Amino acid sequence: MTAVVQTAPLGRAPLDFKEGGFRRNLKRHSTPYLLGLVGMAWLLILFVIPLISGLAVSLMSGNPQDGYTFTWNWSVYSDIFVNSDVPYVTFLIRGLVYAASATIVTIIVGFPLAYFIAFRVSRRWKNALLLLVTLSFFVSFVIRTDMWAFVLSDQGPVLTVLRDLHLASKDFHILGTAGAVIGGLAYNDLAFMVLPIYVALERIDPRLIEASADLYGNKTNTFMRTILPLTRSGIFAGVLLVFIDCAGDPVNASLLGGTHTYVIGQAIQDAYLTNQQYNVAAALSTILMIVLGIILFAYARIVGTDNIEDLV
Amino acid sequence: MTAVLETEPVTTAQPVGEPIGERRDRKRPLLPIIYWVVIGITLIPILVMIIYSFNNTPTNRITFQWHGFTFYWYANLTQVSGLGQSFLVSIEIAVLAAIISIAVGVPLAMALERHRFALRGPLSAVVFADIAAPSIVVGAASLSFFLSAGVPLGYLTILLVHVTFCIAYVVVVIRARLSGMGHVLEEAAGDLGANPLTAFSRVTLPLLLPGMLAGAALALAMSIDDYVITSFVAGPTVTFPLFVYGAAKVGLPPQVLCFGTIIFLVALLIALLNAVVTRRGRAAR
Repeated sequence: MTAVVQTAPLGRAPLDFKEGGFRRNLKRHSTPYLLGLVGMAWLLILFVIPLISGLAVSLMSGNPQDGYTFTWNWSVYSDIFVNSDVPYVTFLIRGLVYAASATIVTIIVGFPLAYFIAFRVSRRWKNALLLLVTLSFFVSFVIRTDMWAFVLSDQGPVLTVLRDLHLASKDFHILGTAGAVIGGLAYNDLAFMVLPIYVALERIDPRLIEASADLYGNKTNTFMRTILPLTRSGIFAGVLLVFIDCAGDPVNASLLGGTHTYVIGQAIQDAYLTNQQYNVAAALSTILMIVLGIILFAYARIVGTDNIEDLV
Repeated sequence: MTAVLETEPVTTAQPVGEPIGERRDRKRPLLPIIYWVVIGITLIPILVMIIYSFNNTPTNRITFQWHGFTFYWYANLTQVSGLGQSFLVSIEIAVLAAIISIAVGVPLAMALERHRFALRGPLSAVVFADIAAPSIVVGAASLSFFLSAGVPLGYLTILLVHVTFCIAYVVVVIRARLSGMGHVLEEAAGDLGANPLTAFSRVTLPLLLPGMLAGAALALAMSIDDYVITSFVAGPTVTFPLFVYGAAKVGLPPQVLCFGTIIFLVALLIALLNAVVTRRGRAAR
């Protein structure tokens, strides 16, 4: 027995590292690359290079009939912003405003939900209540969005009841409005906000809340000065997930909206798939990504984030 | 100091570890009310979907008028041309994407979690970007790439793109699992004379199995539900979400709701089974 115990440390990695010599060293250093080789290659070829090739395609010139060639055609960007027949900038701003509104809605609605599950529910029910929050993910995205279109349509129960009660006039519609699109976005992404906030709330040491009470903080003070600052990273993770997902989404605007709610996501999809203006579509998608990057970077600098990566 | 100590018994009436504010529950029902109202609202589309999959509509489109209860649409799931086919395509791609992304993602997660190397930071950033990037940008970029590279669009391109976003989710799940596990058991295996391969297959792999199943389930769910990215790279191939989206413009056939209900029930069953298994696992420990 003792022999085994004594030889054991020799097999350990740190000792190998010192005594191993060149071949061992090489083996040690190549292990992560060998392990990750396929994954790295996959992500490089099918994620990183496509993002770059998106930029390349945006700099092509040509038309759907004759095809496109790469010509460093930067003017596609100025055309989009300055002299475009299609108001792409409006679509972009509209998409961002809808996404920001939906994000705010998910924070306002999601925070009480996360708070309730984290602080007001006994341990054994927490998972069940979290499952209920994510339950709508079990229904296909397109179906659940279209079910809202079904329920909120002019012949649907909501408007029928409202009209019968004379609370809504005959020309009152829900579908086709900005409110419907924002509501749909917020509904679809609510769990993306609740889960990170819940994780952040769960991490709060209950003694800190007691300490706040001990120091004569009332409930409002405790919430504003202790709980809210400690959930900042959770809220940031939620904002990241919800805002990015909503900003480019074409589905809610298309199923719940109308001609006045046309957003950047639909514009990219239509430019690519319907009009086959590949360069315009690629440029729009590049612009969207850069704008999102700037907004989130600015937000991160202003609000501040600590350890967001382990929340996502 | 003594003053502070004296006030202590009063303010620590709540024992540590008890849910905070439980005493006040009955006085302050606002939070539970908000919770249940919001959950009630989020359940509306699910209930509508399930109920209307049984509506005996005279036409082949869902209508609000209730025409009586029927199993007809479930009995004639494949009546709508293209729907059954699209569902099979989606299931097939989802299963393949889950398997491939596990095979590629688990070693990648091990490299990222267990080793320090020069590419670790950039690689983590790429994985993070893969999850965070908006679907519409990923879809458009992938289409740009396939067009430039001359890859014909269809089943294969859908699968490639699905695996790409599934890998990121698998890596996140597996890394979380690995960081919770520690190296102790693997080192013990090494100490007992196992070579790295044996240690991996006899110790690491069994320990990782629950994480791999969770990662595969997540990948499956993400793949089967993806509309936006798929819409770019699908070419002539039609997946279930693409079919539903196309049909939604003119009114859904009731069978779509049947498929939706079936997916919902299967997913719910898996989630509940998972909950039971984890609870039992925890109790056994």
